Amino acid sequence: MEKIEFTVNGQVVCTDQVSPNTTLLQFLRNELDQTGTKEGCAEGDCGACTVAILDAEKKSYRAINSCLVLLPMVHGKEVVTVEGLQDPDGYHPVQDSLVEELGSQCGYCTPGIIMSMFEACYRNDLDEDWKLNDQMCGNLCRCTGYRPILDATKKIAGLQPTDRFANRLEEAPVRSGVINYSHLGERYIAPARLDKLWDILENESEAQIISGGTDLSLLITKKFQTLPFLVSLESIDELRFFRDQDNFVEMGSTLTLSELEESIAPLVPAVGRMLRFFGARQIKNRATLGGNLCTASPIGDLPPILIALGAEAVILSRAGERAIPLEDFFVDYRKTALKKGEILGKIRFPKPGKNSRVIAYKVSKRQELDISTVSAGLFVELSEHNTINTARFCFGGMAATPKRAANVEKAVLGKVWNQDTVSAAVEELEQDFKPLSDHRGSAWYRTTVAKNLLRAFQLESNETSPDALPVRPVATVQIGGLS
Amino acid sequence: MTDKKASPLHQHSIHESGYRHTTGEAIYVDDIPTNRHALVGLIFVSPIAKGKLTKLSVDQAKQAEGIRAVLTAKDIPGINDIAPVAHDEPLLAESEVQCVGQHLALIVGNSLKHCRNAAKLIEIEYREEKPVLTIEQAIAQDSYLTPPHIIRRGDIDKTLADAKHVLKGKVSTGGQDHFYLESQAALAIPDEQGTLHIHSSTQHPSEVQAKIGEVLGIPRERIVVETRRMGGGFGGKETQAAPVAALAALGAIVTKCPVKVWFNRDQDMTQTGKRHPFYSEYEVAFSDEGMIEGLKVKTFADGGWSCDLSQAILDRCLFHLDNSYYIPSLEFTGRVAKTNLVSNTAFRGFGGPQGVVVIEEVINRIGQTLNLDSTLVRQRNFYGDAPRNIAPYGQVIEDCRLQRIFEELMKSSSYTERQNDIQKFNDESSWVKRGIAFQPVKFGISFTHSVLNQAGALVLIYSDGSIQLNHGGTEMGQGLHTKMLTICAHEFGVSKDRIRLMDTATDKVPNTSATAASSGSDLNGQAVREACKTLKARLRKVASKMLAVDTSHAHEISFVNNQAKAPNGNAVEFSDLVQTAYNSQVSLSATGYYATPDIFYDRDKGAGKPFHYFAYGGAVLEVEVNGLTGEYKLKRVDILHDVGDSLVPSIDRGQVEGAFIQGFGWLSCEEMVWSDSGHLKTYSPDTYKIPAFSDAPEAFHVQLLERAPQHNVIHGSKAVGEPPFMLGIGIIAALRKAIAGFNSSSAFDTELKIPCTAESVLRSIERVRE
Repeated sequence: MEKIEFTVNGQVVCTDQVSPNTTLLQFLRNELDQTGTKEGCAEGDCGACTVAILDAEKKSYRAINSCLVLLPMVHGKEVVTVEGLQDPDGYHPVQDSLVEELGSQCGYCTPGIIMSMFEACYRNDLDEDWKLNDQMCGNLCRCTGYRPILDATKKIAGLQPTDRFANRLEEAPVRSGVINYSHLGERYIAPARLDKLWDILENESEAQIISGGTDLSLLITKKFQTLPFLVSLESIDELRFFRDQDNFVEMGSTLTLSELEESIAPLVPAVGRMLRFFGARQIKNRATLGGNLCTASPIGDLPPILIALGAEAVILSRAGERAIPLEDFFVDYRKTALKKGEILGKIRFPKPGKNSRVIAYKVSKRQELDISTVSAGLFVELSEHNTINTARFCFGGMAATPKRAANVEKAVLGKVWNQDTVSAAVEELEQDFKPLSDHRGSAWYRTTVAKNLLRAFQLESNETSPDALPVRPVATVQIGGLS
Repeated sequence: MTDKKASPLHQHSIHESGYRHTTGEAIYVDDIPTNRHALVGLIFVSPIAKGKLTKLSVDQAKQAEGIRAVLTAKDIPGINDIAPVAHDEPLLAESEVQCVGQHLALIVGNSLKHCRNAAKLIEIEYREEKPVLTIEQAIAQDSYLTPPHIIRRGDIDKTLADAKHVLKGKVSTGGQDHFYLESQAALAIPDEQGTLHIHSSTQHPSEVQAKIGEVLGIPRERIVVETRRMGGGFGGKETQAAPVAALAALGAIVTKCPVKVWFNRDQDMTQTGKRHPFYSEYEVAFSDEGMIEGLKVKTFADGGWSCDLSQAILDRCLFHLDNSYYIPSLEFTGRVAKTNLVSNTAFRGFGGPQGVVVIEEVINRIGQTLNLDSTLVRQRNFYGDAPRNIAPYGQVIEDCRLQRIFEELMKSSSYTERQNDIQKFNDESSWVKRGIAFQPVKFGISFTHSVLNQAGALVLIYSDGSIQLNHGGTEMGQGLHTKMLTICAHEFGVSKDRIRLMDTATDKVPNTSATAASSGSDLNGQAVREACKTLKARLRKVASKMLAVDTSHAHEISFVNNQAKAPNGNAVEFSDLVQTAYNSQVSLSATGYYATPDIFYDRDKGAGKPFHYFAYGGAVLEVEVNGLTGEYKLKRVDILHDVGDSLVPSIDRGQVEGAFIQGFGWLSCEEMVWSDSGHLKTYSPDTYKIPAFSDAPEAFHVQLLERAPQHNVIHGSKAVGEPPFMLGIGIIAALRKAIAGFNSSSAFDTELKIPCTAESVLRSIERVRE
C-alpha cells in the first residue's frame, strides 16, 4: 500500500493512516500538532491557513491555502509553515519586517500573512506596487487596515536572502506527485500518464476527476461530504504546457493560473487583466485553467474572455481528441459537454489580429478576492474603414452559463466602431439576458453594468490601441480623464 | 516630563506578542493541547426563525457512535439563561424558537464528524409562525425590547415651525459582522469537586464566569475563566462568548471530560449577533449659513430576538446623534425593536457610529440644499465656547479640540488646493469623478452604565526581581498588554523583558468589567499604576536604608534604568533591592484598583454626565468613482486623531488605521443579506466582503495630535479603540460629492443607499444624470 510522503519544515512525514479527504490544514493541526497555521474560513477566502510549497521546477515557493489542499496532493512536496521560518540564531526577515511595522495586532491572520510574505521574499518579479497587492490579496486582516502589512511586504519583497530556503530552492529535486493511495475504502489516484488515466476512467465508474481542488474541496470542507474516489490530473505532464505559436496560443488544462498568468499576460494583456483580479495568489497557485472551465460556473472568470477570443476546447479521450468552440462546452448551469471517459485537454485560441480590439472586465462587490457580479470578455475585429467585421461579446454572471450577447453582436455588425453604435446596440442586451437578483447584485445592476461595460470597451479601446493596452492588469474600466 | 531614554512611555514599541504571532507560537483557544479524554461539542440549532417546538428528541442521537452526551434545556442544572442584562435569552431553547441559529441542543462527542452524524438523528418538529424580520415590520407590529429613551432640549416643534429651512429624511444603516479572524471558542476542563477551568476567547472573562455559575447552579469561586488572547474581538466577544463557554462547561460537567466548543466560520456568522442595523427619521431646521437650529430624530435599533446590550447601544446612539455639532434645540427618541434575527450586540462604536451617520447625512443634505461645501457646514456647527458647549444630555464639553484638529488637518491635507484640482479633474472627465470630504468625530469615553467604570490589577514581584503583571483587561490585538507592560516598566524603571504579562484570569482579578468601550487602558492602566505605586512605597522604605536616605525623604527615590536611585547619587539594582525586601519580610505583591470619578446618567431624565471625557479626530477623504460601474477607490486619506499623549504611539496608530478601515468597510462593501425566511445569505467570506488589501487608501497619512495631554487620565492619554471607527463615515460625504460631479446643475438632493456598494453608487449616479 502506498503512503503519502512529504516534508514539513524539512522533516519527513509519511502516512497511510488518514482519509485522502483530509486537508493539509487538518493534518498539520490535528496529526502533527503544528497549530501555528490557522483555519479562518475553510474555503480559501481568508488566507489564515496559508503555507508555502516548494515548486522545484520553477525554483520558487508558492503560497497556497492549506485548507483546500488534500493530503495526497502534497505527496512528494516540501511544505514550509510559519513554524519553520525561525532559525536558532534569529528570525526570518519577513518576521522581523512584519513585527517592526506592527503588521500584526490580534495575530490570527498573521501566520498566513507571513507565508504570503515568504513567497514574496523569494520572488524576483515583484517590481511594481500593484504586484504586492496581488501577492497579498488572498489574506484578510480585520485589525490593521493593511497599511503596515503592505509596508512590511514592500521591505522584503524580492529580497531573496541567501539562506537555507534559497539553498533549498537550488537543491530540491523535482519529485513526482504520482500516487495511488487508499484508506478504508477511500481512494486518491494521481496517474503519471494519460493511458493510465483512461484505464481508470474505463474501469471505475465512481472516479471523480480533480486537479487543483480549489473548488471541489469545498464539498469536503464546507458541506462535509466525502469524495470517495478522486483521480487527479496534476501529475500528467502531457496536460501541462503553454505554447505560443505563430498564429495561435495553446494552453494545457492543468496549467495553474499563476503559471498561465506569467505566460499569457505579456502576450494577451486582456487575459492578464482578468487574472489579476481572478482570485487570491494562493488560489492561483493551485487552481487550474481546466478546473475553472470544467466547473462550468456561470461566474467563472476565464470563460468570457476566452470565448471572446474565439477559443476552442480540445477534449481528449482514449479514442483521441475532438475540438469544439468553447462556448459550446458550457451546456447548462454547471454542466459541460464532456462525455463519460473524456477530459478537457487544452484550450486553443487564435491570436487577436492587428485590427482587433479585445478587453476583459470583472465587476464584483469587492475588487480583490471576490466572485464576479458581472464579467465580460469583449472582442471586435474592424475593417479598414473602422466598421465592425466580427463581434464577440461574452458575459459571465448574466445567465446560467457564460453566454454571448447575440443580439447586441448582430446590432453592431457592419456599423462604424464608435460610441453611438455601441450606445444604440446595448439596448439589445435586454433581449439577450434576463439576469438574476441575488446578494451580489440586482438584475438592474447586472444589466446596467453589462451595457456600460460595452460602452467602456469602446471608450477604452478607442483611447488605447490593442498593442498599447497596458500589461498592468486592471479588471475594471480604466478611462480616467476621458471626456 | 518622562526621561525619554529611561522610560518606554510615549515611545514607539512593537506589539508585545509580535514575534509570537509571526512564528506561530502564539496560542489561541483552538490551539491549546488537550489530553486524550478531550471531547468536542457541536451546537444543534433552529432551522426556523419563529415557532413553537413540538418535538425535540435526542434519544437516537445519544446512541450514535462516538457520542458521549446530547444535552437540551432539561439538562441544565441551574438557570437556563445566558443574557447579560435582561433575563430573556435561554441558553438552550425550551419551547419557543425565536431566530434561525438559536441553540437547541449540545452534542458532545469524540470528534466533530461524530457530532455531525449524530445531529442528523435529532428529531425535531415545530409549528412555524410568521417572523418579524425588519425594523419596519417590528414598528408596524409594535414589537419592541425596550421602552423609548428620550433626550430633549428647547422647544423643537417651535424651532422647526419658525425655521427658514427645514429638511426631512430617513437614514438606514445595515448590520456588520465582526469577522474577527478567530471565531468563537471555549475549552472547559473539569477538575476536582466539580470545579472548572475555562479557556475562553472572550472580552469579558468575569461575565463568562458569572453566567457559567448561574447555568450550572454553582458559586463563582468554583470557576476560573482564563483568556490569553483573542484573534480579534471588536465587541463580538463581549457577550457572545458566554453561550459558547457555558455550553462547553455544561458538557464538561456532564461528561467529566474536557470539552471544546469551537465555531467554524459559517456557524459563527449564522449564530452570533452583529452590529445593530438602525432606522432613523429626522427633521432639521437650519439657517441660510447652514447653522443647525434644531433637530428631531426618531431612531430604532434592530435588537434581534433578545436584549443583549441593546439598551446601552441605543443609549450611545442617542449620545452621538450630535457627533461634533452643537444643536440648540432638539428631541432625540430611540427605541430597540425586537425581530426574529440573531440578537445584535456590541461592535466597535457601540451604537455611536449609527448615531453619527444620521447627523452626517443631515449635514450632507444641508450642504447640497444650500450649495455649500459640507466641510464648511461641519466646521460652522462645531461645539465651541459657551453657550455652544453643552451636549444634548447636559454635559459640559470641556477642552474641545475640534477647531484645532480642523485647522491642522485642512493644512496638512492641502484641502483647498486639492478641492480645486478635483473640480478641474471633474470638469474634464465625464466618466470618472472625484470627491473630497471632511469627517470629524467626538466620542464620549466611559461605560455609560457608570458602575462598570472600575478595574483591578495584581502585581507580583519575585525575589529575583522579575515581575508578573495581572490586570483585568483582555488582549484582542488592540495592544492593551503592550500598554500595560509599558506603564508597569515605567513605574518600576525596569526593562519590559523583566515583566511577564499574564493571561487574564478571574482568579487573579475578580469582578472585572468587559474590555470594551475603548476603556481598557484608561481603567486597567490606572489600576496597574496603583498596584505599582503600592509596591514602590514598600520598596522605597527598604531602599532608603540601603541608599542612606532618611525615611522622610524616601519618596525622592526614583526607579530608572533597572535601579532605585536616591538624589544623593546612591543607587541599588532593582533585583538587589527586591531580594533585600524579601529578606526584610516585606510583601512583594499588591493589588491596584481604580474607579472613574464623577460620572452618572439618569435615563428617565435624559440628563447627566455619562462621560469622563471626549476623544476627537478628523479625516479628509478623497474618493474616485467610476461612473460606468459605480465602483470606487479611496485615493487618499489624511487623519489627525486625538489620543491625548499617546501611551504607545505605534500601537495607537494601528488602532486608528484599523478602525478607519473597519468603519469604511461597514458603509461600503460589507452588506448583510437575509432571506425572506430569516436565514443569513452572506454567512462566509465568499459572500460577505470585508475590506481587502486594495481597499486600503492609495495614500494613507495618519497623525496623532501632538501636545495634547488629557487631564485625569493615565499619563495624559486618551482612549483610542472606537473613536476613529467613525472617521470612516466620511466615505458617504466624499461619495456624495463625487456623485454630484455627474450632475450638471450644482444644487441637488439625492438618495444614497447605505451600505454604499458599487450598485448603490451607480443607482445614485444614474439618478443624478437624468
